[in-house]
Amino acid sequence: MDLTMNITRNETEHLVSLSGDVDAFTGPKAKEAIMTSVETPGVAVVVVDLSQVEYMDSTGIGIFIGVMKACKQVGCDFVVQNLPSRVERLFRITGLYDLVSIRKGESE
Amino acid sequence: MTRGIEKKYVQLLRDYLAGQGEDQLYDAQQLGKWLLLQDISPEEMIDLHGRALEYLGDVPEFVRASFSILTEVMIEYGNEHRSVTSMRSKHKQFQSEMAVASAMQKSLVPQELPVYPDVEIGLVSVAAKQISGDYYNIVTHDDGRLCLTISDITGKGISAAMCMSMLKYAMESLGDMLHGPDEMLRHLNRVVERNIDPSMFVTMLFGCYDTQKHRFRYAVAGHEPGFVYRAKEGRFYDMEGKGMALGICSDSHYQEYEVHLDVGDVLILLTDGVTERKIGRYYLHRDELVSYLEAELGTSAQVMADNLYSKLLLLSQFELPDDYTMMILRRT
Repeated sequence: MDLTMNITRNETEHLVSLSGDVDAFTGPKAKEAIMTSVETPGVAVVVVDLSQVEYMDSTGIGIFIGVMKACKQVGCDFVVQNLPSRVERLFRITGLYDLVSIRKGESE
Repeated sequence: MTRGIEKKYVQLLRDYLAGQGEDQLYDAQQLGKWLLLQDISPEEMIDLHGRALEYLGDVPEFVRASFSILTEVMIEYGNEHRSVTSMRSKHKQFQSEMAVASAMQKSLVPQELPVYPDVEIGLVSVAAKQISGDYYNIVTHDDGRLCLTISDITGKGISAAMCMSMLKYAMESLGDMLHGPDEMLRHLNRVVERNIDPSMFVTMLFGCYDTQKHRFRYAVAGHEPGFVYRAKEGRFYDMEGKGMALGICSDSHYQEYEVHLDVGDVLILLTDGVTERKIGRYYLHRDELVSYLEAELGTSAQVMADNLYSKLLLLSQFELPDDYTMMILRRT
């Protein structure tokens, strides 16, 4: 399955909503979109919504680790919201759950 | 193009125009294949056809002039042909580099499993593609310890093979310093964190089994620990264990856990290629996996590992989307 992305922007916060599969094939596309938001001057918070993600593999988790490290460098807050249970499990097993800000979004 | 080919082509054309036979059409097809092998471009072929017509008789001026248009059009086909040929050659080179990496990777894992009087080891590790992202190792020590590593490296391909090589040699040098499993992972994490891409990470379970006391001491880094089967109770339990995957934070610390095996108890260590398995439209459930393991309990550790792999492969209709590794340790 493919990955689609929807980005909502205001001056200080970008919300990137991912839908579909985040894996080795689609991951680079997602990473590019999220990193563009991280590197946009003036953006203080980047939120990634995963409510519509059906599958994520370790490459997908790797993207969030890369983004988290990049956010630390530029001083931007990184928030992940609405994790489906299988994705939450991956976040917990790898330890990423304790490192990034997790929140439940408006859809929950 | 040689004069010989030109003469043959003129002859072929002459024969065909004289009788329009099937033989000449067949010869023309064979010639096309040969010209491709010789890397003759479409525009060169058109040029040849134009010259051949001149041999055969008076060519009207408008036919001669039309060849300039045809040649220009076919130049693009020629460019495409050359780019396909170049890609084919690069692909061959890539395949041969992958074969070297795959062979190197195979040399990083043990070729034979150790044999003990009262501990059986079973192992199945299968790569989804040419290079595996799963790494395992089994190292025996003179003091009776049996050290087991099971690990999953993000991504596959050359980067996974190179990372695997780093893990193996870093663990060998750290192992000599006789750290406990928690210390091993703490040191290894620093090596991995400094040396891999920011988007890469490694999950690992590392532990040492004391073959005298039948005690397995282990630590976990972002890896699903696996199961332990208690023969007396006839039940499977999830092994304890939690810790940050390697390569994420430079200062991660790890906890040591311990499992004691009685006669008939079984340890099952695995990678996510086993647990994150898609069966049709749903994912393999923990209880399902346990029931398949339960069905194989009467067999040896190796037969158990082999049968479980076959069972899961059958259920997923012979698709292996991710690397698969299962290590089984059974006290007999």
